[in-house]
Amino acid sequence: MMPKKLMQILGLSSLMACAAVVVGLLGIILFDMTGKGVQVLSWEFLASFPHKGMTQGGIFPAIFGTVAITLLSTLLAAPLGIACAVWLAEYAPNHAFTRLVQASIRNLAGVPSIVYGLFGLAIFVEGLHMGMSVLASGCTLALLTLPSVITTTEEALRRVPVLYREGALALGATKWETMRSVVLPAAVPGILTGVILALSRAAGETAPILFTGVVFYSRFLPYSVFDEFMALPYHLYILSTQHHEPDIARPLAYGTALVLLVLVLALNLVAFIVRAKQR
Amino acid sequence: MTQHSNLLEIQHLNLYFGKKHALKDINLGIPKNKIVALIGPSGCGKTALLRTMNRMHDLNPDVKITGAIHFDGHNILHGNTNPVRVRRDIGMVFQKPNPFPKSIFKNVAYGLEINGMRDSAEIRQRVEDSLRAAYLWEEVRDDLDKSALELSGGQQQRLCIARTIAVEPQIILMDEPCSALDPISTGKVEETMLQLKEQFTLVVVTHNMQQAQRVADFTAFMYLGEVIEHGDTSRIFKHPEHELTKNYVHGRFG
Repeated sequence: MMPKKLMQILGLSSLMACAAVVVGLLGIILFDMTGKGVQVLSWEFLASFPHKGMTQGGIFPAIFGTVAITLLSTLLAAPLGIACAVWLAEYAPNHAFTRLVQASIRNLAGVPSIVYGLFGLAIFVEGLHMGMSVLASGCTLALLTLPSVITTTEEALRRVPVLYREGALALGATKWETMRSVVLPAAVPGILTGVILALSRAAGETAPILFTGVVFYSRFLPYSVFDEFMALPYHLYILSTQHHEPDIARPLAYGTALVLLVLVLALNLVAFIVRAKQR
Repeated sequence: MTQHSNLLEIQHLNLYFGKKHALKDINLGIPKNKIVALIGPSGCGKTALLRTMNRMHDLNPDVKITGAIHFDGHNILHGNTNPVRVRRDIGMVFQKPNPFPKSIFKNVAYGLEINGMRDSAEIRQRVEDSLRAAYLWEEVRDDLDKSALELSGGQQQRLCIARTIAVEPQIILMDEPCSALDPISTGKVEETMLQLKEQFTLVVVTHNMQQAQRVADFTAFMYLGEVIEHGDTSRIFKHPEHELTKNYVHGRFG
């Protein structure tokens, strides 16, 4: 029989090895991408348009496009998702239909993003005549992020201690007053975290915007929400697989990837800070 | 406890949690400007009874209640009675201090604002009066904008009392208000309670027999969902009529 102490050491070291593999892989990816991407980073790369068949210049329109559709999708998804979650968590009667709705929302979160892309093409681009546009892509991304916004908001609301609710009710507050002035504010950090994480996912998606508004090259920034746009993930895809001069495009692709990564990491960092403050 | 002077009159009250018969044919009067203590072993239904008095059970769909609680000329438990209205007249302080995660000032002002008070000078005055009445003013007067969650447990509980009296209910229900507090804080809260009965009527659930004797004018002893006996606190403790009461107040079970 192995001594207990040895068992413990073996167990612990195998856990640490697993953790090291995961962190190590992530580290290699980050190190490789940062090392190669940082070479092309410059003010010009961030702030100017691509030119000479994307072999020179920068990625400003792609940054602009990604920020635009991410913001738009958040503006659409956050109010709708939060309102929906409030209803589900606080007002919906607890019966089979409500549970069916909740289960459907959870399942929607698992639908592949390309399916959302096709749906967006059918409904927003064609059905509602938005055309290939910032608006159509924003709507599609909003749909994609809605399930996770709803789920995280619901959880944040349920985590608000019942004592807060009772305290407000005991003062003669109505259910709505309790909700609006006590429960919702207490849930804000949790809701914000959910929204920001959803937003960072939206920023990195390619499939949902592929059929709904993104273009591989545009000489202008979108002038209105009905214009086409460039976006970082798609630009990265074009540079790394579709370019006619792969050797020239490769460093630019790394630079683009780095910018996208930093953008998403920054959003996650904000979510992390919000959550830390909550504790 | 004569009939006519009772502010609250509980009659033939039964309460069921699902299938469990938790309160059995309760009859009890709460006299005006007095402190009534509800005592009894854990699970006897003290808290359940307290929560019927301001319709707190409405939050739980599994609870069924029969009987009547008469207050101010009508039956609180009647389906047509607005529970929000009831709770404005019958406030509650909970076992665990539960200030809102807002500033000290806003905690007390909250009840005033939802009750339609808009004049900020009036609100400020009422907040100060309420904090004074709860013996908290001197300790927090310079920190009104500080988060209530930074206060000690005893201060938080007195803040919750201040918040409750700010809306000027007629009755204040207290559910073991000192069970989470140290002896010094407990002493301060008890002092507050004795002051409050000048203006309010208090019903206090307590596990602490000394506390019941220190603060309560009347005491009701409950056991397994029934009020076994009730009367003047000194009589209940010195000359209990019922064997169960005698055993309980002498600490033979609990």
